[in-house]
Amino acid sequence: MLHILLAPAAYQQIPARGYGDLLIYRQSCSCLALIQLCRRAQVSKAQPFKIHFILLFSRQGKLRLQKWYTTLPDKEKKKIIREIVQIILSRNQKTSSFVDWKDLKLVYKRYASLYFCCAIEDQDNELLTLEVVHRYVELLDRYFGNVCELDIIFNFEKAYFILDEFIIGGEVQETSKRSAVKAIEDSDMLQETVEEYMNKPAF
Amino acid sequence: MPAVSKGDGMRGLAVFISDIRNCKSKEAEIKRINKELANIRSKFKGDKALDGYSKKKYVCKLLFIFLLGHDIDFGHMEAVNLLSSNRYTEKQIGYLFISVLVNSNSELIRLINNAIKNDLASRNPTFMGLALHCIANVGSREMAEAFAGEIPKILVAGDTMDSVKQSAALCLLRLYRTSPDLVPMGDWTSRVVHLLNDQHLGVVTAATSLITTLAQKNPEEFKTSVSLAVSRLSRIVTSASTDLQDYTYYFVPAPWLSVKLLRLLQCYPPPEDPAVRGRLTECLETILNKAQEPPKSKKVQHSNAKNAVLFEAISLIIHHDSEPNLLVRACNQLGQFLQHRETNLRYLALESMCTLASSEFSHEAVKTHIETVINALKTERDVSVRQRAVDLLYAMCDRSNAQQIVAEMLNYLETADYSIREEIVLKVAILAEKYAVDYTWYVDTILNLIRIAGDYVSEEVWYRVIQIVINRDDVQGYAAKTVFEALQAPACHENLVKVGGYILGEFGNLIAGDPRSSPLIQFNLLHSKFHLCSVPTRALLLSTYIKFVNLFPEIKTTIQDVLRSDSQLKNADVELQQRAVEYLRLSTIASTDILATVLEEMPPFPERESSILAKLKKKKGPGTVTDLEEIKKERSSDMNGSAEPTSVNSTPSPSADLLGLGAAPLTNSAPPPSSSGSLLVDVFSDSASAVAPLAPGSDDNFNLSLKTGLEKKNTITSSFVPAYGMFVCKNNGVLFENQLLQIGLKSEFRQNLGRMFIFYGNKTSTQFLNFTPTFLCLNLQTKPVDPTVDGGAQVQQVVNIECVSDFMEAPILNIQFRYGGTFQNLSVKLPITLNKFFQPTEMSSQDFFQRWKQLSNPKQEVQNIFKAKHPMDAEITKAKIIGFGSALLEEVDPNPANFVGAGIIHTKTTQIGCLLRLEPNLQAQMYRLTLRTSKEAVSQRLCELLSEQF
Repeated sequence: MLHILLAPAAYQQIPARGYGDLLIYRQSCSCLALIQLCRRAQVSKAQPFKIHFILLFSRQGKLRLQKWYTTLPDKEKKKIIREIVQIILSRNQKTSSFVDWKDLKLVYKRYASLYFCCAIEDQDNELLTLEVVHRYVELLDRYFGNVCELDIIFNFEKAYFILDEFIIGGEVQETSKRSAVKAIEDSDMLQETVEEYMNKPAF
Repeated sequence: MPAVSKGDGMRGLAVFISDIRNCKSKEAEIKRINKELANIRSKFKGDKALDGYSKKKYVCKLLFIFLLGHDIDFGHMEAVNLLSSNRYTEKQIGYLFISVLVNSNSELIRLINNAIKNDLASRNPTFMGLALHCIANVGSREMAEAFAGEIPKILVAGDTMDSVKQSAALCLLRLYRTSPDLVPMGDWTSRVVHLLNDQHLGVVTAATSLITTLAQKNPEEFKTSVSLAVSRLSRIVTSASTDLQDYTYYFVPAPWLSVKLLRLLQCYPPPEDPAVRGRLTECLETILNKAQEPPKSKKVQHSNAKNAVLFEAISLIIHHDSEPNLLVRACNQLGQFLQHRETNLRYLALESMCTLASSEFSHEAVKTHIETVINALKTERDVSVRQRAVDLLYAMCDRSNAQQIVAEMLNYLETADYSIREEIVLKVAILAEKYAVDYTWYVDTILNLIRIAGDYVSEEVWYRVIQIVINRDDVQGYAAKTVFEALQAPACHENLVKVGGYILGEFGNLIAGDPRSSPLIQFNLLHSKFHLCSVPTRALLLSTYIKFVNLFPEIKTTIQDVLRSDSQLKNADVELQQRAVEYLRLSTIASTDILATVLEEMPPFPERESSILAKLKKKKGPGTVTDLEEIKKERSSDMNGSAEPTSVNSTPSPSADLLGLGAAPLTNSAPPPSSSGSLLVDVFSDSASAVAPLAPGSDDNFNLSLKTGLEKKNTITSSFVPAYGMFVCKNNGVLFENQLLQIGLKSEFRQNLGRMFIFYGNKTSTQFLNFTPTFLCLNLQTKPVDPTVDGGAQVQQVVNIECVSDFMEAPILNIQFRYGGTFQNLSVKLPITLNKFFQPTEMSSQDFFQRWKQLSNPKQEVQNIFKAKHPMDAEITKAKIIGFGSALLEEVDPNPANFVGAGIIHTKTTQIGCLLRLEPNLQAQMYRLTLRTSKEAVSQRLCELLSEQF
């Protein structure tokens, strides 16, 4: 036996106003909704290592260097910088070097008056990122000789060049200290013109 | 003025930077910058051509100003000019400016691309390096278009310098990430894989990153990289700490490369070749062993690099999830780290253990650390670490420790940082539901949650508790009692008022016998909170009051008084006012019978997403459903409630559920609601033209059966339906079509209820008059659709269906209308068949056969052997069985060619369990279909229906 109750088509026309509280329950009867809300409940797949951006800033919160490996509008970048500097400066000494930030993870370390901070993906290798920072500091140190914050302020372009030798597109290119420093020093020697240079055997 | 300039210093730049640093105030700084900007602008605009050095200096100043946080809107052209300079340092600054400042300004990009092209062709490795860095830094689509073809050639060319190869590999990787479609796969790919064997470790490091990303998208093409990676890794792991010279980092051999290789291996399952697999296992064991050796250096860099490799190795072990021995060793290693004095290691150990907990091999081993983790939650000073501890507790939770873990989390919640409260609330809610053996515990937990962290309890959470209480009669009385008690607290959270209001409105009667919670006391208690609540909560409470009118007629007048008061009837909020007016009216004019019907207890919530959907989604690729594993887990953990994950953003009248009063003006061509549930609805997703878009290709199976319908369409004038059969396994489609009229259907069924949308489409350009569809089926109240259907227009009709008991005959839809001068009359069978009321049931092989045996009475079984009418395709058959409504049980039948299904037919009065088995015989092109149900007629009918489908 079958009952068919005919409902007027017009039922569909009544605006969904009122009694919403009773209706809503009927839509979302599932624990799944909760699980989806729970970001960390799911384990995602390993991604290749990638740094999203690197920031250098002083204890006073002054930005000394920024390097972005993802494309973002300038406004967004400024917002992110403000936010991150504030988060990291507010952490005290004994804490871990890792902070969850949105979908990314911040890995940071302080060297004297400067904070070095990398944003990496959630499943990336945090410890190795700390060593990326350390290797970069070593490279700066080797180049400037006992590097200090002022070196980076006055020679910011060199700090960029050194970083470029070490990391491209967020990936570590050359981990050998000797090779990276040599590349920079070579370029400093390149004062001559291309004509002169090309006359030497390049390969 | 410090003397820290190196290389070819720019004095002017250093002076400017000093000036800025000497500025006493922000204003002075801005003034100085504006002065400099004006100066540079005039220099750039001046008549005198600037020499390269000045250009470089000014561009560098602009860069500095930009890095101070000011906007720069000129100088780009000068920077591009520098690119073609002959001097390396000028070129370098030009590239730097572009990398930092250029966004895809198409005009400029073309010029830049030109300069890059020249440098790439220069065969000067330093210039090539600069150009590649620039591409990698900007990485725009235009650049990918220009160079994606060129870079692979540079990468694999035999005469390319190593340093250029490294840059090229990572540059290509960047382009592949932004525009994978532009990077052509070709014969270079196999040569890239062989870079893993390169002499130069720097090249291997860069290439491994590239290969990992490419392998993720094209695993087949890069399969050979696995064995190469393993042998490379093995050479590194077994090397002495000095072998790799410069690539040894604080006594750890090539940590970056090791980590990258381990990452690459995580793109693949464990190697099949036993030799490779053995070698990899050896590597992993060596790494685990090294962790136990005394450190070679006290420097933190040494331990960091060593542990970075260790953690990556553990990730790989977890990813493979196949070597119990390694998994347990990994777990023990992490256990040691849990108590390490380095915060970083404790953090990482907690994080890594989270993933270990999901492996069946190590789940138990992880659980042994529960006390340490709980302790971490209580004592760690760093919120990041505590957060990881919460995650780990969540991951290690199972039935055995759920009560303890939930209690600890609740405990922690009282003092938890605000930033992670919401997440803990969610986790507690999920665990409490997942592992609830006793639903009183569940209710207590959620109420506690609201008490401790009410502000962080999102709607989803408190909806859920209501859903569960409504679906489980065993807990309703307890829930009513508990919320009643919780509401006694002088200050209780608004969310508690909501839950309390809802539950008492439904089940207040269950505790009304106790004089301490008599109807009036319940009402007064709720009403005492009323004025402190926000509008949505008050609205909810008003609904509770009207429900009380039905539950407790004795307090009707009290409630009416409240509704009648000015603060309600004349409330400024239109929602509250409307409810007050309508409820008051309803309580006054409606008879008790009507009240009882209208205000009846809410029916149980519909089952969550059916297994059909999960299966269908699985077929369409796992991307569509967020976490199949979760769904599976949940189903197995005897939970009741479950709903469609799709959001029903339609407008099924809300008042229809509650009151059914509002008869608004009747309109044609109402947009059909984007129905909840069936994915197949997609076929008709376009609202107005719901019947029209019978585009082929939307669903193979659907079209297949549709054809049979359409072939015969012309032969019909006024008889029965051709397409009827196809609806047995489908809910949507064209039911009938001739030259004049097309009838489309969209329907949904849930348990013993269903709703069908019928679309009448006028295919002509002339109006139909006196259009009257009638249903030949039992008692009906007919509300006619609009009697005229304009040419080309479509009208919609909704039919609500209830299956009272099992049935054989489908209802008939008779349609009469006047077209031109002639009177048309046609009848079609509505495809409402018994199987529509199927709910799929998942069960294990053992359960299935046990039930199968229980239904061994010959009357319960019906068998049919028949010839295949359609090609015998296993996938189509599966889809049909799922469409038929039963669950398709995999790996139940010992013969994998056979199909086995199970489900329950819901009628109003009974539920009939059905098992089915379909055995195809490909040689003979025959099927044997067997049905066993508890009712003979049902077996018979289902067998008839299903036999027609193959």
